[in-house]
Amino acid sequence: MSAASHPAEHATATGVDNRKLLMWAFLGSDCLFFGSLVATYMIYRGRSLECPLPGNIYDIPYTSVSAFVLLMSSLTMVLALAAIQRGDHKGLRTWLVATGLLGTVFLGGQFYEFTSFVHEGLTFDKNLFGSTFFVLTGFHGAHVTVGVLILLSLFLVSLRGGLPQADSLTVELAGLYWHFVDIVWIVIFALVYLVPAPVPVDPVTHQLLECAKETVAAVAH
Amino acid sequence: MAAVTGSLAGVVPRPKTEHGFMGWLSTVDHKRIGILYGVTAFLFFLLGGTEAVVMRLQLAVPDGAVTGPHLFNQLITMHATTMVFLVVMPMSAAFFNYLVPLQIGARDVAFPRLNALSYWIFLSGGVFINLSWLIGQAPAAGWFGYANLTSKTFSPDLGVDFWLLGLLILGTSSVAASLNFIVTIVNLRAPGMTMMRMPLFTWMTLVVAFLVVFAFPVVTIGLVELGFDRFMNTNFFNPLKGGDPVLWQHLFWLFGHPEVYILILPAMGIVSEVLPTFSRKPLFGYPVVVFSGIAIGFMGWGVWAHHMFTVGMGPVANTVFTLTTMFIAVPTGVKIFNWIGTLWGGQITLPTPMLFSLGFIAMFVIGGLSGVTHAISPSDYQQQDTYYIVAHFHYVLFGGAVFGLFSGIYFYWPKIWGRLLDEGLGKWHFWLMLIGFNMTFAPMHILGMNGMPRRIYTYPAGMGWDFWNMLETVGSLVIVLSLLIFIANVFKSRSNGKLAGNDPWDGRTLEWSIPSPPPAYNYATVPVVHGRDAFWSVKYPHLDHEGHGMAAVAHAPAEAHGQGGHEEHIHMPQGSLLPLIAGVGQTMMIGGTVFGVGSPVSIIGGLLMLGAIFAWCSEPINE
Amino acid sequence: MLNCCGHYEKFCTNFSGLPEAPCEGNVLSRQSRHLPLLASLLTLLLLLTVGCSAADPQNTLGSNLGIVAKKQADLFWTVFAWATIVFVFVESLLLFTVWRFRRREGAPEPHQTHGNTRLEIGWTVVPALILITVAVPTVSLLWELAAQPAVAVDVNVIGHQWWWEFQYPNMGTTDISNPSPSWGPTCPSCLVTANELHIPQGETVEFHLTSADVIHSFWVPKLGGKLDVVPGKTQSFWLRGDEPGMFYAQCAELCGIQHANMKFRVVVDTREKFNQWVQAQRQAPRPPDASALEGKGAEVFKAPANACVGCHTVQGVSAGKLGPNLTHIGSRTTIAAGVLDNTPENLKRWIHNPDDIKPGNLMAPAVRALNLSNDDLTALAAYLTSLK
Repeated sequence: MSAASHPAEHATATGVDNRKLLMWAFLGSDCLFFGSLVATYMIYRGRSLECPLPGNIYDIPYTSVSAFVLLMSSLTMVLALAAIQRGDHKGLRTWLVATGLLGTVFLGGQFYEFTSFVHEGLTFDKNLFGSTFFVLTGFHGAHVTVGVLILLSLFLVSLRGGLPQADSLTVELAGLYWHFVDIVWIVIFALVYLVPAPVPVDPVTHQLLECAKETVAAVAH
Repeated sequence: MAAVTGSLAGVVPRPKTEHGFMGWLSTVDHKRIGILYGVTAFLFFLLGGTEAVVMRLQLAVPDGAVTGPHLFNQLITMHATTMVFLVVMPMSAAFFNYLVPLQIGARDVAFPRLNALSYWIFLSGGVFINLSWLIGQAPAAGWFGYANLTSKTFSPDLGVDFWLLGLLILGTSSVAASLNFIVTIVNLRAPGMTMMRMPLFTWMTLVVAFLVVFAFPVVTIGLVELGFDRFMNTNFFNPLKGGDPVLWQHLFWLFGHPEVYILILPAMGIVSEVLPTFSRKPLFGYPVVVFSGIAIGFMGWGVWAHHMFTVGMGPVANTVFTLTTMFIAVPTGVKIFNWIGTLWGGQITLPTPMLFSLGFIAMFVIGGLSGVTHAISPSDYQQQDTYYIVAHFHYVLFGGAVFGLFSGIYFYWPKIWGRLLDEGLGKWHFWLMLIGFNMTFAPMHILGMNGMPRRIYTYPAGMGWDFWNMLETVGSLVIVLSLLIFIANVFKSRSNGKLAGNDPWDGRTLEWSIPSPPPAYNYATVPVVHGRDAFWSVKYPHLDHEGHGMAAVAHAPAEAHGQGGHEEHIHMPQGSLLPLIAGVGQTMMIGGTVFGVGSPVSIIGGLLMLGAIFAWCSEPINE
Repeated sequence: MLNCCGHYEKFCTNFSGLPEAPCEGNVLSRQSRHLPLLASLLTLLLLLTVGCSAADPQNTLGSNLGIVAKKQADLFWTVFAWATIVFVFVESLLLFTVWRFRRREGAPEPHQTHGNTRLEIGWTVVPALILITVAVPTVSLLWELAAQPAVAVDVNVIGHQWWWEFQYPNMGTTDISNPSPSWGPTCPSCLVTANELHIPQGETVEFHLTSADVIHSFWVPKLGGKLDVVPGKTQSFWLRGDEPGMFYAQCAELCGIQHANMKFRVVVDTREKFNQWVQAQRQAPRPPDASALEGKGAEVFKAPANACVGCHTVQGVSAGKLGPNLTHIGSRTTIAAGVLDNTPENLKRWIHNPDDIKPGNLMAPAVRALNLSNDDLTALAAYLTSLK
């Protein structure tokens, strides 16, 4: 993503720009990265030996709002790309800021959610749920953070006049990355938050874990 | 602005020269990067080989006293980690780098600076992981580091930290390079070079690149989870909190099995170039060889748990993986027969590169067959974790990959350096290596079936293991001797080897049509390709049944000598120090956490990396 | 430069127009046609060598194998036979091809064959068929081994760094009319021993495996293949010893610094002998003779400062769980997990400095600080030997 890039790209055998192909291949690789983290989470569902459990902790309405915020940021990203493709630099910057802001709101929401979980007793080392949840969502949050930094950089470069209409590919690549991160969140939200987890049983007493009883009771009502 | 060119606002100069030390540090030329990979990989080969010889000295007699148990466990771990990640993969990368642009008629890879970055990450990562030796805390939990032996409880020193951080670092290098090669091969082929007209080595490079970008993230997550367990007390592999150590094995081998195909396919690609050249006929069944390579790439994802037959997965899983593992032998066997078909009816000559390729086939058949005996899982319940397994993988990795890579070294040496390696010394190298290799590893089949487990630092007398162990140790010394001959050959060639000319072997593919060594821009005019073995069709149009060939102006003899007058019109990307800084910075950032997250080394490294990346984004291709 | 040696030197051309290297001799001339024979002889030699080691204590293919090992060996030989056929065929074909199609003087360029579809289909299908043939007995044996026959004896196996704990549920108490199903460190009705396993001849024994620390692997090569012992889970398999004898065994999964020395012995007894052994192991050991050396040794063992009681259990004397149960250590053939023969001298050596025998083992730190005198050690050895 060079601001002072080589003017005329050589013709490519597929007709797809080299950088775009690179981004797609990278995102394919990143799928396996998140896939392995999600798989770990799914394998360990219902196997924690201690509380708290997802049923005690998740605030689905809250997380739905933050998921919506991220989803809207994909829309603003599309608008940013459309702007630069028609040469509207002000529009580009406006929508880039909007996207970055929505991303930051999402990150803020994550931060608040995680700290409240920690207050309720869920830490990295508490149980399998804590370990798998925080590492998975933490890496997602790191990806969003990198995305926000990229958007900020593009904004600054555009301000200095370094992002001409002919270079809209740069924004498109940022968009691909941003949409990918959003889609990953949709997958996480669905599999981690929405799909109800099996309830773990204490292997020694063969009873439901204490904190699980209340969730089972809640569902029963 | 003109005077203060370059990166980081003039703090880091932008070299304008290819000469001298600075030229090498800042190179973005795929050929130089290939040489850097090759030389570095060979030095690590000597290191890994030394580690092996020390182990063999310890095991030569029962109750050996050369090393203690901890040092021995460090040696098994570092020997294997070095050979897999610091030798075979980078040596393959040396060939990807040097050859692929030449074979597809391109001037360089798609992203030259990213290419350089991959090399510098590899070098600094390899140095990092070996730093553990210097503080006496090399990892000792084996190259596949099974949990929960690797937990902080059971591996309290820094060894496993060096190991997991080192592999994370090296993984980024491989993934970056593979992404680069995917774009290069897919997008930068010369006009007329359809996928099915590419040289086979380039095809194998493409398959390997896809395997890398999909397999490495899986082991990355395994390593990340292990790292979190060790540094942050998470519970991924902690049985006391419900974690399952076997999950590590699944994550590792999901990567690990594609990894072994990553290790062997490049060598198979080289063999597929060498055999046709010295048989003077095309690769037999090129499409089938391509498709079997792709098939191996796909099927390789479905066999991973054959490394876990004795873990207790149950009969259903064991049955499935037995069957998938048996059937992956089919595309592999197809290649062997296609290679023999290439030889059949040819006019065969046997210079050293050809000997190594034939040796590859002979040894790989043995390794492949022992692999099939492993696939038979009830029988594998006896073989697993014994020397029989050690025999199998050395036959495929040494007899296979290393022999194939040496074939490539002898074959492409004249192209790279302009001088040939000595044939006499080459033959001594080959025969001594073949004999030493078989002396070392053939008896291991017997030892394994005779009950000798692997990874044991000593054994008592009276088990029936003494004679074979001694023979193996002697064999390893014969291998050392053969390598010394190779090193002597290298020096001899560099000082007064015979000049090679463009085409010392009467080659078939495009890279033999340009000078040795090639000019920086590779091809003065980009060739237009009409068929496979395009260069051969130009030289022997009467032999070319399919009426193909290469219509290109650039290869008239006059241009082979003085680099034409075209050089001024061809813009090659300028060198840059930023890949070096970013690469070393990343290694410091990740590796520095071995001293604690947020250690000074780590923070400085991170800043260097970030600074270099930002400067890179605003650095033009040429000043 | 081309290797244009042998008969055809003067007709060989070199494409870069440079002088040729002197001829180094023809490597594969007339001898090459004998190579298939050589390959077969080599294979035969290998087979003989393997056969000759049938008497070796951990040999998996020879004689005196348990039923599981025998079936696994038979399957191995079947597959090995196919592998040998393929090996001889392919290697001979390779060598023959190279010899037969050596470059000849004045010969025209070879026909630029691009492939032969029928052949390629053939050499895809034929190996697949061979594999299917082999797959049938393979999957069949896999399932046969997974479904166990009627079990005569259960043994719990707990792997530790770097020794083996064995428990026989329901055999620990004299009252076996009320068996307890639970097992593990708190198994009340378990007969607990370490590093030496006894099983009755000709009867199926089911092993239930787990680990107290890291992954190990339970392997008795002459009785059958191995199964890993994994912390946090229990898994089972069966073996059967059909010939009486002493069988060597060792850990087969890297488990730390003393993986090489984590061995055990399996004794296959006749049913009567096995019952006698169980009876003897079930009893409390006879009290040591206070006036003799063994009595003094008992005092050394029990002295709190010496810390033995903190790690080891001797029924009626101590209840430590960190190290092997020593109640009947005198009856075992080896000590230190199959590493040393069980003699008073070796007992002294081991207790005096475990690091000498198994550097890095977990008993060493406790013992290092003790500085037991030679007399203490002799007495202690006598006491332990008396625990038959």
